[in-house]
Amino acid sequence: MKLSRYPGLIIAVLLVVLVSLYPIITGSASARETVFTVLMSLALASSLNILLGYTGYVSFGHIVFFGLGGYVGFYTLTALHWHLLLAVLAGGAAAAGLAFALGKSILRLRGAYFALATIGVNEALRAFINNFEPFGGPVGMDMKFAIYNEYGGAMQALWIVYGGLIVITLGVIFTSYAVKKSKFGLGLMAIREDEDAAEVMGVMAPNAKTWAYVLSAIFPGLIGVLFFFKNGNIEPGDAFRLHLSIELIVMVMLGGQGTVLGPIVGGAAYQQLRKTLLTSPLFKNIQLAVAGFLLLIIVLFIPSGAVGWLRSRFATMRRVLE
Amino acid sequence: MSRKVMFVLGMLVIVALMLTACAPAPAAKTSGAEKTVTIGFTASQTGKYNVESSRQTNGLKMWVDDVNNAGGIKLSDGTVLKFATKFYDDESNKDRVQELYTRLATEDNANFLISPYSSGLTAAAAVIAEQYGKIMITTGAASDATYKQGYTLVYQAYTPASRYLTSSVDLLGSLDASAKKIAFVYENSKFSTSVVEAAKAYAEAQGYDVVLFEGYDPDTSDFNPFINKIQAASPDAIMGGGHFQDGSTFARQINEKNLPVKFISLLVAPPEPTFSELGDAAVGVAGPSQWEAAAKYSPEAAKAAGMDWLGLSSTEFAQKYEKAYGEAPSYHAAGGYAAGLLLQNAIQKADSIETAKVKAALDATNLMIFFGPLKFDTSADAHGLQVGHSMIVVQWQRDSSGKLVKQVVWPTSGATADPLYPIH
Amino acid sequence: MVNVLLASLIDGLLIGFVYGIAAMGLSLIFGVMDVVNLAHGPIIALGMFGVYLLFSLLGLNPFIALILVAVMGLLFGLVMYMTAVHRVIDAPPLSSLLATFAVNMMIIGIGTSLFTTSSYNVEYSLGTVTAGPINVTGTRLAASLIALLVTAALYWFLYYTRTGKYIRAVANNRSSAELMGIPSTRILALSFGIGTMLAAIAGGLIATIFPINILAGGSYELKSFVIVVMGGLGNPLGALIGGLILGLMEGVVPVFMKTTWVPVLEFMLFIIILLVRPQGILGAKE
Repeated sequence: MKLSRYPGLIIAVLLVVLVSLYPIITGSASARETVFTVLMSLALASSLNILLGYTGYVSFGHIVFFGLGGYVGFYTLTALHWHLLLAVLAGGAAAAGLAFALGKSILRLRGAYFALATIGVNEALRAFINNFEPFGGPVGMDMKFAIYNEYGGAMQALWIVYGGLIVITLGVIFTSYAVKKSKFGLGLMAIREDEDAAEVMGVMAPNAKTWAYVLSAIFPGLIGVLFFFKNGNIEPGDAFRLHLSIELIVMVMLGGQGTVLGPIVGGAAYQQLRKTLLTSPLFKNIQLAVAGFLLLIIVLFIPSGAVGWLRSRFATMRRVLE
Repeated sequence: MSRKVMFVLGMLVIVALMLTACAPAPAAKTSGAEKTVTIGFTASQTGKYNVESSRQTNGLKMWVDDVNNAGGIKLSDGTVLKFATKFYDDESNKDRVQELYTRLATEDNANFLISPYSSGLTAAAAVIAEQYGKIMITTGAASDATYKQGYTLVYQAYTPASRYLTSSVDLLGSLDASAKKIAFVYENSKFSTSVVEAAKAYAEAQGYDVVLFEGYDPDTSDFNPFINKIQAASPDAIMGGGHFQDGSTFARQINEKNLPVKFISLLVAPPEPTFSELGDAAVGVAGPSQWEAAAKYSPEAAKAAGMDWLGLSSTEFAQKYEKAYGEAPSYHAAGGYAAGLLLQNAIQKADSIETAKVKAALDATNLMIFFGPLKFDTSADAHGLQVGHSMIVVQWQRDSSGKLVKQVVWPTSGATADPLYPIH
Repeated sequence: MVNVLLASLIDGLLIGFVYGIAAMGLSLIFGVMDVVNLAHGPIIALGMFGVYLLFSLLGLNPFIALILVAVMGLLFGLVMYMTAVHRVIDAPPLSSLLATFAVNMMIIGIGTSLFTTSSYNVEYSLGTVTAGPINVTGTRLAASLIALLVTAALYWFLYYTRTGKYIRAVANNRSSAELMGIPSTRILALSFGIGTMLAAIAGGLIATIFPINILAGGSYELKSFVIVVMGGLGNPLGALIGGLILGLMEGVVPVFMKTTWVPVLEFMLFIIILLVRPQGILGAKE
């Protein structure tokens, strides 16, 4: 296997590895937390991209997988005393299961109907968990500080969580790349361009869509467990925050939908932008409005995002960036 | 209109404060070394908690100014401690609370931490405080659960949620032995649910009949379905509510629907000065409060109770705050100031800012301030839980000239008026 | 029991009219140009603050102020269409969703810095009407009545005026309408404007009943999604029926079970209707 044959993958992986190594080398916890936020965004955005970018289905409720995974994982950690690794897998499995069921049902809907249905799913699940006593209802669940001792104390536990997130992030990137380069991915992109034509050409659209949905849902499920384990508590409002879903779409758009690198660039850029706006005295109060304005400009004038724009502008970029 | 003017004035004051905070501190060379102690916290400058959180921050900053203007804290080795704040905006959501607290604890080298506003955000911050071995005084975070997770460095200034409404039940009992039916209608949030669950258990133990026990979603604006249900259950008293917005709407619609009920006690909303804007709908509505300007805690009372006393009186606090921020202080503001005083007391007792020594001093806290008596649980299962402080109950009443006034009606020792009962 | 049921029915029905009109604009815009306007909630909030400001600063009667708010809602929609929506009208759905969401962020961002997220009240009362076990506030009655009037006016406009017929023609088939010489861009802009005008009116009506804050439009936007799906996406008059159904559900379901189950039922119903009968209970745009 010659590495130089996969420049798109190498660039994406190198970017993530370099950024995530920085806190490990310097040992700075503060840098670790900053990178954690960034990695989480770009991993979630990349996972959304598998559905949104490749298949062309707009999900406004992607965060439902993050929330459900988080809840299931948190429950297995606190009530069943599972090990974190098992809990993370349980979270991922729950998210995948939900995606499979949804894939068999609401993925039949197209365009705006599907987008609306995903909002409905997120809100229905949030409202349900609000009433679901085993998960603590509206109060949510808390975790004993002593749980961290099983992982060598809180300090080490947070480093473990960080390591876990790096692994998951790399997993998303490999998956995203593999899907894009596979026959399966080609089928998805055919669905994106014209679903009916794709079916005529022999793409099993319902199955392909469902598997794309499941793939894109697993990762938020895994990440949700890590995030809420680190947080020490979980509540319905934090787990199913519709706003976060929409921020993810903005990240994907910013970087370029349907590209491997796009969501990575978009996720990192969005977090950086938000931080800059939030700490600038001039924009502090209207940071949301400024972000909205930027989004509008991108949607109207650069709909393919930063990476897409580079690819269409420079022929060499098409060979290097994926 | 005056509210707008006040708002503008308030903003100007905040801007001015920020500017002064940014200006380089004059390097006053006094005898003995001067040391700056950094207090780190996040504030919800945007998002749903921004009103309560900015009041809390204002209170805390006022304490910092007061203690610095008084010359700081002098330790026995001649060091003079001055205080500075370092804070970030948490946007009222949990995403970045841990990131920001980690930054405060490591990069900014905050010596002590203060909690964000709300139980949810505080729970996330507590993990970080404990992990980096920083003492965190919490204010605006009442849920008991946070203090039962095995933390050793987290200390609560507020009366915990489990004792928020119990005094209202006691008050009802003292007013009318025949009133036996209570309806609990509350906001579905971590804080309110913990409050009413504890209150329900307490009421049932006292022989009350809980005829309705229901939560509503935090952004509810139409309470008619609940009011219809309450009417069917015909309780003597309604208790519950959640935060300001839903609580005041609930009170307004109870009034619009002419619901015949003898006693109403709601969380958070009634103690707010702006509750009076409800007019007639506010009359008779009671609610638990962490602190009121009319509270009469004094050095003498402290002495009588065998407690230490520190800081200013309630009236002084209220006057100072009103002068600085153009509005009467709510208990959130008082809570912010109280968190500062708790630290000040512990540092003075410990004669140090070392975590272990200050922790020992906090564990031994037996203090009375304008906010009330303060003492912490030191057992392993509920370390840091507030056990000294208790709630007072306020009620809106019309005075002889027909003006709406917030009166303290419980405990009877501190009451400024007799309770209005029954309302209807 | 009968009394509670009766009171809940009336309450649900009255609020249903207001829900209906809140959803109507969303449905109209979708029907004409297949755009889901994600700035719908913030525009409702703008309508609320419009009435609040006119009432508290100028002392205008809130129901008179509503007329001004409606005009401003129309103008806002025209401007928004030309700047943010027109370019993406034929792009994939994601583009128009994001363009309108960008407008949402701008309104909320600026609104929050002006008004914070605290709540405000329009201190205006028309008393309470009492009949047996039923108590209804005057403002609620008036709001429902106005909502009904506006619906009737919209119906008349769409079916009995030339412009209204143009709108329906464009909704049915834009390219053939263009062939017939209908100025489609102007009609699209106008439809968008009417859509936002309805949202602003709904906001104004809500302001007379409930306390308002800049984020309050969000929950009406979510309800509107449920309503338009029930009434048939793109069928503005179906939205009234959807609104009534939702209002009745919110009023009556709590009599039988915990109120917090209402949103679970609402969104389940929403998903089921989308799956089983995506054209809505009444059928989609004709």
